[in-house]
Amino acid sequence: MSAAADTATAIAAISTRGVARDFTAGQQTIRVLHGIDLDVRAGELTYLVGESGSGKTTLISIMCGILWPTEGEVRLFGTDIYRLSDSDLVDFRLRNVGFIFQQYNLIPAIDAASNAAVPLIAQGMDRLEARERAIELLAALNIADQANKLPNQLSGGQQQRVAIARALVHQPRLIVCDEPTAALDARSGRRVMDLLREVALADDRSVIIVTHDNRIFDLADRILVLEDGRITHDGRDMPKDH
Amino acid sequence: MVWIAIRMLTGDATKFYGLLFGIAFSTLLITQQLTIFVNLIERGASGVYNVPSADVWVMDPVSRTTDVNLPMPSTALDRVRSVAGVEWAVPHLRAAASVRTKEGDLEGVSVIGVDDATLIGLPRRMASGAADVLERPDAVVIDDVGTTRFFPEGYDPVGERLELNDQRAVIMGVADAIPSFTSQVTLYTRYSRALNFVPGTRNRLSFVLVGAAPGVDAKALAARITQDTGLRARTRDEFARDGVDFIIENTGIPLNFGITVLLGFVVGVAIVGLTFSLFIRDNIKQFGALKAIGVNNAKIRRMVAAQAAMVGLIGYGLGVLGTVGFIWGFSSNPTFKGFYIPWQVPLISLVAVALILALTGWIALRRVLKTEPAAVFR
Ligand SMILES: Nc1ncnc2c1ncn2[C@@H]1O[C@H](COP(=O)(O)OP(=O)(O)OP(=O)(O)O)[C@@H](O)[C@H]1O
Ligand SMILES: [Mg+2]
Repeated sequence: MSAAADTATAIAAISTRGVARDFTAGQQTIRVLHGIDLDVRAGELTYLVGESGSGKTTLISIMCGILWPTEGEVRLFGTDIYRLSDSDLVDFRLRNVGFIFQQYNLIPAIDAASNAAVPLIAQGMDRLEARERAIELLAALNIADQANKLPNQLSGGQQQRVAIARALVHQPRLIVCDEPTAALDARSGRRVMDLLREVALADDRSVIIVTHDNRIFDLADRILVLEDGRITHDGRDMPKDH
Repeated sequence: MVWIAIRMLTGDATKFYGLLFGIAFSTLLITQQLTIFVNLIERGASGVYNVPSADVWVMDPVSRTTDVNLPMPSTALDRVRSVAGVEWAVPHLRAAASVRTKEGDLEGVSVIGVDDATLIGLPRRMASGAADVLERPDAVVIDDVGTTRFFPEGYDPVGERLELNDQRAVIMGVADAIPSFTSQVTLYTRYSRALNFVPGTRNRLSFVLVGAAPGVDAKALAARITQDTGLRARTRDEFARDGVDFIIENTGIPLNFGITVLLGFVVGVAIVGLTFSLFIRDNIKQFGALKAIGVNNAKIRRMVAAQAAMVGLIGYGLGVLGTVGFIWGFSSNPTFKGFYIPWQVPLISLVAVALILALTGWIALRRVLKTEPAAVFR
């Protein structure tokens, strides 16, 4: 490990202690996460895998600050995020977390560059300046020529690159993606993962990806397997029985 | 973020126009109906407004308006003239009569007898002919809107003969008058002639019109006249107000217009509310994404407020413009003669629009604020 990586690991990017989450459906309360203790280092690309309903989305949502845990605490870069006030937490996300949603959720009425610039605009940056920064990133993702097109004029893959640009434009320290390749064929899926490794991963940043996609397991630094709300495997490779 | 909000709104052309239509339609309905309402009930005072030189109207104590009056004995005139502060006082007759038209139809008219010497009681301006035409013994002056009831449009009635209560009358002029509430034809003639036209009961002096001496307050003068003569005396403004109140109290007009205005409001709430919530529903994923990314509720509120404000301002502008166009388009129509938009009316519809948007925007906003940011991963 390099010296830079050593300093980056000095504080964990994400650390969860005893995280549990209950959902109430009707009169039943179901615990879908059971005491998750986890440390994620910066500079790593982590996969979260597991069967449908195992709690992947729930866990990643709690880790990035959009879903309150029923029990336990979550520290992002040293900050106990669920101790923050509501508005401080929103602001914390705006500065520290980048999101890539499965359905991209781009705003149909504004062009690719403006979509990618949304986090900066939300931070209060001048719109044109924010667009310029976004266009730089679109160039790194090889779609600078699509900057002025509306989302519905782009292919699925291009839309996803815009979504990736939006997740990165404000240089967050944590990037979360839920099933980013689910809608893509095998080759595009791989390309997106390569791209994420290339542009998203940095020494001071961690990337967590929820995926079902066993075609791309070889691209991870670390794979976590979730079963019925518990982490049952943690390693560089997938366990043999999967 | 406000820029993004506006683009989100205008980017969805169907809903944007739907919202504009809703607001514009409400504004038009409310503004236009209120305008017609105000102008219409103000016609209850047209008889007063047509004689602006009279400071005080004196009448029998039971008389209520220019049209609902009980004539007084002719001695009332001298009694009023003797009250201190009265500069001048002239007789004024208002009575119903009937005219037989050339086609043989019978038409109800009102006959107004104006002072023989001063012609006080005649509208100030003539549309055709001069006031002195009343010098001729059988001369009458017809009001301009009334002309359109008797004659084809654009026809100059001067010289036309009429049978007024079976007596010969000749139209010698057309007065530029504010139409009466019923837009009944009005014929002006001299007081002494009017006594002949209108068959005789003993008392036929409907009103005594009074001019106050310089420096005399009309209200004080009216009070003094009542005290000295026992007659009812109203200042011009009071009597105008009496005419308007009479219509408000004795017709279904306020209720009718009130219902229409309310309908305009309800339709606005319905159209705008529905379209707004459709718009929010279609964009809820985007709003959710924005919330997850880190757009706080204050900014979300500002976004929805900007959308509402944009719809409101443009829609309201279109609605008011539509009303102006309506009034302007019908300005040559005698029914709408003299119609204007009182400044309070656009203000009221602005408040109504603000209420519609506050209500519907609040409902739409609640949905956005309630959206869990975690929903974006589902
Ligand atoms: N908002 C909610 N209300 C009630 N139950 C929920 C809610 N969200 C998740 N659950 C339940 O929690 C469990 C875990 O859900 P989660 O979405 O985390 O699974 P997942 O591993 O992401 O599954 P998938 O691979 O299908 O996306 C499921 O049983 C689900 O029904
Ligand atoms: Mg999931």
